[in-house]
Amino acid sequence: MENKTTKELIECIAQTVISAASELTDLDQAIGDGDHGINMERGFRAVLAKIDSLGELAPGRAFADLGKTLIMTIGGASGPLYGKLFMSIGEALGDDPQITHERLLAGCDRAVAVLKALGKSDVGQKTMLDVLVPVIETLRVSKGGDVYGPLRAAARSAAEATIPMLATRGRASFLGERSKGHMDPGARSSELIIGAACRYLEAAPAAVLS
Amino acid sequence: MKEADMSKNVGIVIVSHSSLVAQGAADMVRQMVGDEVPLAWCGGNPDGDLGTNVPAICNAIEAAWSERGVAILVDLGGAETNSEMAIEMLTDKRRAKAVVCNGPIVEGAVMAATESSGGATLEQVRRAAEELYRL
Repeated sequence: MENKTTKELIECIAQTVISAASELTDLDQAIGDGDHGINMERGFRAVLAKIDSLGELAPGRAFADLGKTLIMTIGGASGPLYGKLFMSIGEALGDDPQITHERLLAGCDRAVAVLKALGKSDVGQKTMLDVLVPVIETLRVSKGGDVYGPLRAAARSAAEATIPMLATRGRASFLGERSKGHMDPGARSSELIIGAACRYLEAAPAAVLS
Repeated sequence: MKEADMSKNVGIVIVSHSSLVAQGAADMVRQMVGDEVPLAWCGGNPDGDLGTNVPAICNAIEAAWSERGVAILVDLGGAETNSEMAIEMLTDKRRAKAVVCNGPIVEGAVMAATESSGGATLEQVRRAAEELYRL
């Protein structure tokens, strides 16, 4: 994968999150503390500020650096959660200029384990895990052919599936039954990030995932 | 109290989403417990609004550092997760001597500092901070 591709992929993800900041904040005002969009925007603006140096790195190194930047700048629980997600994937990809299906999956599996421990949470508690886990399961069984379409569809339906869920972790859990009927903001931001990555990679000039 | 004496006691770090809450809790510790305990606080996100900030937590841990260890009191979710991140960034040697306490931020900080001022170990200080949540 060319450095230019890494750079454009990260730019696409960052721009998508930044553009959706007010939507994420609205979702978070309904069931959280109302800062998810603001925090994610601050984090991804810090990523964009160093995009040129990220673009000089192998994809794995760039994702690991991106993750660390999010941890240091987001200023909420989503900092460590998204930070560790990108760091885990980045570390699994390592120095290889190519992203292989096998290493990407290994990184995703590692990320889920780390996020469960860090957030003391699991699937079904109305969190970002409710999007990440089904998307990773889709990735596990899709190889060759159209990978990105099914991943995007899985992310979308998984985010929607958090609407009726009862939150039992995070700030939303304070609301109890009232947390039902709203999409989880972390599920939505996960969907946005996955969607942006798929959208960019689908249109990328050369096949990225090998 | 001299630096040398302070370092005999476990340090206390207060991490709130609000700098006013963190500072207020620290003021209460200072007034109720005194200066025998290394104490630092931080609050607010990197823009100075409500939230938490990993580099600021790292600095607070550094400021309250004691070879006996550091007990961190937090308020809500992000303060806990980000404090865990700050601990992870410490050197291997220090990492084992820093803990996030599962206790109320104000009462827990006062109880932890009281315990620390008597020369208690990190584990005893942590138990003191967590006592109210065990009732």
